[in-house]
Amino acid sequence: MSEQSVQQQEPYGLMGEYSDVTSVYRAAEQFRDAGYTMWDVGCPFPIHNLDEAMGLKQSKVAWIMGTGAAVGVALALFMQMWTAGGGTLDIGWLSGYRVNVASKPLLAWEQFLPVTFELGVLISSFGAIFGMLMINRLPMWYHPLMKKERYLRVGDDKFFISIEAKDPKFNDAKTRQLLESTGAAHVEVVEA
Amino acid sequence: MTTLEPDQATALGLTGPGSAPADTIDGSMVNDPAVRPPLVLGDRDFHSVTETICGWIENKTPKWWPLAFMSSAGVAGIGTVMILYLIITGVGVWGLQNPVSWGWAIVNFVWWVGIGHAGTLISAILCLFKQQWRTSINRFAEAMTIFAVICAGMFPGIHVGRVWMAWMLFPIPNSNYIWPNFRSPLLWDVFAVGTYFTVSLLFWYMGMIPDIATLRDRAMLRRKQSVTFGPVWVPHPLPGFIKNMTFTIPANQIASWVYGVLALGWRFSFRHWNNYEKAYILLAGVCTPLVLSVHSVVSFDFAVSNVPGWHTTIFPPYFVAGAIFSGFAMVLTLLIPARSLYPGMKDFVTAKTIENMCKIITLTGSMVGFAYIMEFFIAWYGANEIESQTFMMRAFGPYWWAYWIMFTCNVLTPQVFWFRWCRTNIAFIFMISILVNIGMWFERFVIVTTLSSDFLPGSWGYFSPTFVDVMTFVGSLGIFLSLFLLFCRFLPMLAISEVKNVLPQAHAHLHGEEH
Repeated sequence: MSEQSVQQQEPYGLMGEYSDVTSVYRAAEQFRDAGYTMWDVGCPFPIHNLDEAMGLKQSKVAWIMGTGAAVGVALALFMQMWTAGGGTLDIGWLSGYRVNVASKPLLAWEQFLPVTFELGVLISSFGAIFGMLMINRLPMWYHPLMKKERYLRVGDDKFFISIEAKDPKFNDAKTRQLLESTGAAHVEVVEA
Repeated sequence: MTTLEPDQATALGLTGPGSAPADTIDGSMVNDPAVRPPLVLGDRDFHSVTETICGWIENKTPKWWPLAFMSSAGVAGIGTVMILYLIITGVGVWGLQNPVSWGWAIVNFVWWVGIGHAGTLISAILCLFKQQWRTSINRFAEAMTIFAVICAGMFPGIHVGRVWMAWMLFPIPNSNYIWPNFRSPLLWDVFAVGTYFTVSLLFWYMGMIPDIATLRDRAMLRRKQSVTFGPVWVPHPLPGFIKNMTFTIPANQIASWVYGVLALGWRFSFRHWNNYEKAYILLAGVCTPLVLSVHSVVSFDFAVSNVPGWHTTIFPPYFVAGAIFSGFAMVLTLLIPARSLYPGMKDFVTAKTIENMCKIITLTGSMVGFAYIMEFFIAWYGANEIESQTFMMRAFGPYWWAYWIMFTCNVLTPQVFWFRWCRTNIAFIFMISILVNIGMWFERFVIVTTLSSDFLPGSWGYFSPTFVDVMTFVGSLGIFLSLFLLFCRFLPMLAISEVKNVLPQAHAHLHGEEH
């Protein structure tokens, strides 16, 4: 039966609950030092400096955002030069439109600046928000942790450390022992 | 007993029973500059923060809410009828005439966009300046921004007359061989306001993702209980199996679905928070120049033209200051009633927060006042006859009443906040915030009606609004309030995770170690 095979599947990992910021911070340092890589801290708000305690690298969101800014500026300049400032370059269809407005110079780049700035901001913001979601692999409306009733308190006042079974350092007994020794209450197996 | 951090000791000392001196109002008005006032009162832990803020959404609808919503939705309905009438008939239903060809529509547009600016200032600029008191009002103010920009965008949209041609505002390929004129400030406005709305909406939504996830998790926990509907009473005989039909579904089924989809599967993972915080601070970084640019571009609509009284370089900074000024007034207009209607909100929106907002109103109001006086000075000093004539007409011409309403409400009114009593008396602040809103509307009215006396005295005219003008504006207030009431009912009004982050217990206490 397929149901049985699901049950026999290897679990997602282990999770332990902590009740305050200091203990979860201390525990995170110990998991980092123990060499775990596929583990995570669940906390209702971003705890100050926990990235150091977890040994996380700088977020790459800034790079996506910077790319967005460059794309936005390039797109805006091209759009305006092509639709309003064409004619300075005579290269077939690429020279765009020659719209004479009050005999102003065709390639009046000064007047193109506001739209260039706005589009730069717009696309870089898309980069920041959608880049953040992409790096975080969201939206993901399913996760083994979310099936744990205890874990649903994470958005309220509880803190969790979860370790995936796929982590090379994962050992059911040792990992459980580390969770308990760092002060985790309710160490539970998270089913896949 | 563990040792306390100095900040924590202060917070505990101030919030503890009876320890606060009488003149600190609710414990937050600390006069000693060396002491940091507590940001959250009432000795709250994380759980009580969640309970209070989520409670406003999850508990039974308060009795005033349906009444308030029905009245504002009624007013919004009148506004919608007016807009339909305008679309069917044409812009002639407004009081627009030569020479005042821009009437209330542009006044309302500039006023609403300006109001929006406070939200972005609070969420972006105050975030960069690490003003932590903003955490309790930023969500509220951002929501206000979005609804204000919706109302603003409506007016130019219907002012174009042939609404079905509004797509020509955007650079859409078409067979006319005509593109929008990128040299025109009116088109810059399309991009500025469009970007502003989109970025504000995304920033607001991104900030809400964790809080919506909290609501989702709480709804999931309540799904263990079930609710039964029926049997339905029907006034005529029906077969028994229909009459006695009942439905049993888990409690909060719909809430858990809606919040579940909106939360995008946020699971409070710190690996996520790490990217989230970075994105948040970067967005605050780009929103800061954005908010300054938007009202600058709006002011270009006037300043780039060569109409006397409009063609001045003072317009961009003066518009931005005015925008923030009116926006803070509108935040206070909404916040003060909400603060007394929602139980526990006073613990987050403290007297100190309100006081800080009053101070910003005085600062930006003084900047606006300085700009009014400087405009007059330059009109005289510039020795341009037509320019000085225009300004004399503004203050002493046919619209003298509008000018002096503007001057009283915007220049004199905010100066009352130099006095402590005025900054701490909630009813008084509410009254002042209304006056500032009125004053800022008249500022735009004064600027727009400059058109009434143009270069040719023979064509001078006087603008009178029609019934449709007035009711469309009133209707926009209804739309704004209806959206706002819906927000208060269904979305977290305060940023739950950010408020928790400024509680004293949110910091790890690592003794003898730098962090």
